[in-house]
Amino acid sequence: MAWVNAIIQGILTGGLYALFACGLSLMFGVMKVVNLAHGDLAVIGAYVALGVITVTHIPALWSFVIVVPIMAVLGYGLQRTLIQAALDRGVLITLLVTFGLSVVAESGQQQFINADSHSLGVGESIITGSFSIGSQIQLPYLLLLIFAVAVVVLLGLQYFLSLSRYGRMIRAVADDQEAAQLSGIDYRHVFGIAAAIAFGTVALAGIAYGMYSQFSPTTGTDTILLFAFAAVVIGGLGSLWGTLLGGIVLGVAQQIGAQINQADQVLAGYLVFLLVLALRPQGLTTRRAQS
Amino acid sequence: MSVATDTPARSEENFRVTRSRRNVAWTGAGALIVVVVLALFPYIVYSGTTSLMVQAFIVITLASMWNLLAGYAGLVSVGQQAFVGLGAYFVLILAQHSLSPFGGLPVAAIGCGVAAVPMWWLISRLRSGYFAIATWVLATTIMLFIERFPSIGGGTGMSLPGLSGYDPTLLIADTYWIGLAVTVLSLVTVYVMLRSRIGLVLTAIRDDEVAARSSGARVGLARMLVYVVAAIGCGAAGAVLAISQLIVQPGAVFTVQWTAIMAFAVIIGGLGTIEGPIIGGIVYIILQRTLQSYDAWYLIVLGLVAIGVALFARRGLWGLIDDRLNIRLFPVGYWLWTPESTGRPRPSRRGPGRRGIRARRGGRHS
Repeated sequence: MAWVNAIIQGILTGGLYALFACGLSLMFGVMKVVNLAHGDLAVIGAYVALGVITVTHIPALWSFVIVVPIMAVLGYGLQRTLIQAALDRGVLITLLVTFGLSVVAESGQQQFINADSHSLGVGESIITGSFSIGSQIQLPYLLLLIFAVAVVVLLGLQYFLSLSRYGRMIRAVADDQEAAQLSGIDYRHVFGIAAAIAFGTVALAGIAYGMYSQFSPTTGTDTILLFAFAAVVIGGLGSLWGTLLGGIVLGVAQQIGAQINQADQVLAGYLVFLLVLALRPQGLTTRRAQS
Repeated sequence: MSVATDTPARSEENFRVTRSRRNVAWTGAGALIVVVVLALFPYIVYSGTTSLMVQAFIVITLASMWNLLAGYAGLVSVGQQAFVGLGAYFVLILAQHSLSPFGGLPVAAIGCGVAAVPMWWLISRLRSGYFAIATWVLATTIMLFIERFPSIGGGTGMSLPGLSGYDPTLLIADTYWIGLAVTVLSLVTVYVMLRSRIGLVLTAIRDDEVAARSSGARVGLARMLVYVVAAIGCGAAGAVLAISQLIVQPGAVFTVQWTAIMAFAVIIGGLGTIEGPIIGGIVYIILQRTLQSYDAWYLIVLGLVAIGVALFARRGLWGLIDDRLNIRLFPVGYWLWTPESTGRPRPSRRGPGRRGIRARRGGRHS
């Protein structure tokens, strides 16, 4: 029964990892930007939520109403200035700039906040409570909620991209930037919108992580960026539902690893990632490697 | 060929292609004098200074290797700390089996090169940004794996055995010399590599990868070679780090901060030049020393400066010096001497640039 429980926990945490990953995926898919500062942005989102909760005393669960728009605006601004400037200078410079951003963000958090661990909404029953099936299987409300949010975000993204006006513009720009521009689309603005959405999902992921576990300045790279990336690669580049599957595989691998030896939780996840990279580099859902 | 089409009226005999504008022998002699003077430092200066210089040697070696990857092979690795850590741990393990750390260093470096081959096989499946994060995941995986073994210190690390009988003064001097040797050897390796056929292939890849592939350049092989050489260099630097710190801790040797230092030093000094990482390494050490009492500030300042330089002054500090003085300490490109430039060749801006290759091709065909 402990194993069944571990697998269920793994599937549910997979939703959290998919939430981490969809912003990374979106920015790569649309702008070909691999944002190495992705994880640090999630942690910034969590810190902003912490600040908002402290000041306004709203429940942690509802902090996203304020934090997501803030991060979306930050995303639009950053994309239109720094990231676009880097993009104009090529892939190499983009990578260097986002890596620089990541280091600056992490050191900045250590300098201006502190290196201590924080968490969000410890006292709220929906965050700490769980419901049990039988005596062994525990389903924490929070993980169920996060999984549901991840599915809703992925569904929403899919519908937005395939049906809405802006979604069509984003896909057009991702397919062929020049042709889209000739048809009268300002690709810089579209990039900004895509970045705003990506940063919004990152903020959600950051808040979710803050409620699920403790976070500190190093969480952004140690955990969030690398887990998000592993989920994307396991699932297959450029596939939204593949990312969810990748997150689930990573989560289950970690929980099974933890069952064998508590200290091996993270290592087990990475070993599965390396196994997929060795045996099926195009990911589990994609047919052929595209890049 | 293309040279001839540029100026169809003149015969090709008026053109001359050399490696350097000035006589290379003088630069070589100068470099030798610098190395000899540096080698005498333990006799001249205080041990505090030599310890600081060992740090500089480590940073310069790491930066040169990262520059080889990013500046010449177009590979952005965010996981070079894997080899810093492996180098340090190999030295530790060898020392536990009673091989002196100084003797263990070359073995550790070669070991890193060997380990790099299967690692390359795995991560070369991914491109650019995803390649970068994969190197990072790999470095973290190796750290987590090493932490499982209590015999080499587990998660807390352990001190380096085999040096307790050493005279402290001699130990500091020997550490300095081995650091200097590693740095000089790394720079010479990079220089020789870039002047060889590999350097030409790398330049071709940088200018146009598709064209390079279709001309029969073995792009994958060249990149793998660069990755292995960078692993050996970073491993040697990690071994020097272990010897200079006398303790090996997983969190300290496998931190991504090492890659941040390499990248920032290279970008600030000048990406894609051999001189850049040296200048960047020195700038890093100075900044770190000046700002060290303000905790994480030096990384914030370095990161912001590096972002600024990457965006607005791509060729870094060395680029600024080169613009003013038009010198090159390590000539890896080619100078094209045209008839109208009697004595003053056209400055070729980017080391072994397009013009260099064209000139060489033209020479071959004639």
